[in-house]
Amino acid sequence: MRPVYAVSGGVSKFAKARPDKTFQAVVKEAYDYAIADIGLDFEAFTRLVDGSVASYFSDHFTRQLMAGIMTQDYLGLIPKPGHRVEGGGATGGLCFQEAWKSVASGHMDICLAYGFETMSHVETWKGNEFIALASDVSFDYPVGGFYSGYYAMMVTRHMKEFGTTPEQLAHVSVKNHINAYHNPYAQKRNRYTIEDIRNAPMVAWPLTRLDICVMSDGAAATILVSEEGLKKLEAAGAKVARPLVKVTGIGRGTDAMRMSDRPHVDYETFMKDYATPEEKDSAETSAYYKKLWEHGTRYPGIHSFRAGRTAGNMAYKMAGIEHPLEELDFVELHDAYTSSEIQTYEDMGLCRYGEGGPFAASGKAFLPNVDYGLDLPEKTKCAVNPSGGLIACGHPVGATGLMQAVFAIWQLQGTINKHFNDGTLQVKDARRGAIHSHAGTGTYVTVSILEREG
Amino acid sequence: MAKTPSKRAETLGGYIVHGIPFPVESDPDSLAFLKKMAPIQIEQEYKITYLHSYGQDSPWFAGLTNKHLLATRDEKTGYTYATPRGHDMYTGDETTWIDITTRPARVHTFTVCYFGSEEFLPETPFVLALIEFDDVNTLLLTRLMGVDMDEVSLDWVGMEVEPRFLRNSKLKPTDVYFVPKG
Repeated sequence: MRPVYAVSGGVSKFAKARPDKTFQAVVKEAYDYAIADIGLDFEAFTRLVDGSVASYFSDHFTRQLMAGIMTQDYLGLIPKPGHRVEGGGATGGLCFQEAWKSVASGHMDICLAYGFETMSHVETWKGNEFIALASDVSFDYPVGGFYSGYYAMMVTRHMKEFGTTPEQLAHVSVKNHINAYHNPYAQKRNRYTIEDIRNAPMVAWPLTRLDICVMSDGAAATILVSEEGLKKLEAAGAKVARPLVKVTGIGRGTDAMRMSDRPHVDYETFMKDYATPEEKDSAETSAYYKKLWEHGTRYPGIHSFRAGRTAGNMAYKMAGIEHPLEELDFVELHDAYTSSEIQTYEDMGLCRYGEGGPFAASGKAFLPNVDYGLDLPEKTKCAVNPSGGLIACGHPVGATGLMQAVFAIWQLQGTINKHFNDGTLQVKDARRGAIHSHAGTGTYVTVSILEREG
Repeated sequence: MAKTPSKRAETLGGYIVHGIPFPVESDPDSLAFLKKMAPIQIEQEYKITYLHSYGQDSPWFAGLTNKHLLATRDEKTGYTYATPRGHDMYTGDETTWIDITTRPARVHTFTVCYFGSEEFLPETPFVLALIEFDDVNTLLLTRLMGVDMDEVSLDWVGMEVEPRFLRNSKLKPTDVYFVPKG
């Protein structure tokens, strides 16, 4: 596999509705931004780009089949190669990795990954219905298909088994909303308190409206290149930011569509097949997990995402990461729910299973230079969702995983101030970050590692 | 006295408009002005009736109509699925049907949905629960009835429950639901 560099990206404004443009034209906003950011014009880049990967989740929202080719067409990329990927909420992460594969394999030197969703075309409750169709339509959807309900059941179990509290969940919402206050691309830029989160209307106990991301219209695009592709761009006059941002690890995992089918494995199987190398190496952690199992914990059950752990372990191994909390400067992860951010801390090895709640309230995932109005006992270790995440930026499904990639590229280039006109969210001296994209109730999960060279 | 909501609900629907504002003359200035127009949005209806087959899972639904809760089991390993699967995910073998109607069952987890997808909005609030059974390896998603939704409690996890069946089957998984035992 060849080295792959993420040289540029663009994000459209995420909004509740974008009736001003069709989906193709919203994608073009992000695409034009990505091209302009390397100093090329449309025609020059079009001549050089080898092909694309398109990301969008639901044909239902657009009421349009083959929306990918319509976008390829609108962007002027025909007759170059292109295809669409789909994997629920992880569609954007899958798209990024497919573009990586195109370049790493030598099939392309310059590949565009773009994604979008236009969720405003139906009313919110019909949108919830479309999303719920991403659950088994024989056994799950007819019982009361509602993703917020599914995630609420997961966190109820997490609370019962591990003592996680709604206030710990609310810390995630406060953090991500206040981070987004400094992100002009975010859909929701509000300063909330723990009380605001808990007093918001209850959607699915214990999750309130402010524990849950909103539906959005939006698009994002990234440009991935090989060393040869970089030379071609620069020979054409591109000004690619240095230091370069390299993709050093990709990982994916999957799990059963029906939450009810997830296994409940014993301690020995967990330690052998799913524990991180860091967990396996620690006698204290092994004893901690042994105690959890003695109290009835089984893995992954419905409180944890085995696909996320699998994706993280795979990406970390490829990138040479052994201690994620120490070795990652930031993570942009799929916080469709505050609870899923807490579950994902654990899956990605930022803390141990069962400790996501205290971790959320510890301060370790907060930015050091932002006033959250909270009394946080510990200092930042690894900023999680410095952009504001899905909860505050919005979640136009096919764009989301690519939005994370764009924000990660800007963090590693050190160009957050340039793109946000506000440097507050710039992680100081960011050298390595992870992006995490997640589908369904944890059915497809991708983790990709991006690093600054030099 | 309770306050009225501060916003009126937004809904689709409205008048059919015959005629859309457009420049009388299509001169260059007028055509340039079109760039400043707000978008036209129309409603498009899309209705479909699917003929959905339960395929190899059909006996499970037939069981519900006859007040039997079935599960499937891998004969080699004994691994048992509360939500049926035609083939075992570990051995790849075809599973067999067993009856778990009277198996001891408990709430594994639950939520109360105060909102929902459009189809289920009229039924809110309702309780979703995943049920665990003795000697069954996987869970079953269901509705939990007979609990006080004003007194939601984590103590519901572990509660012993038993199945109830609709008298008039709808051939849906909601033909069975669970209530506290006793």
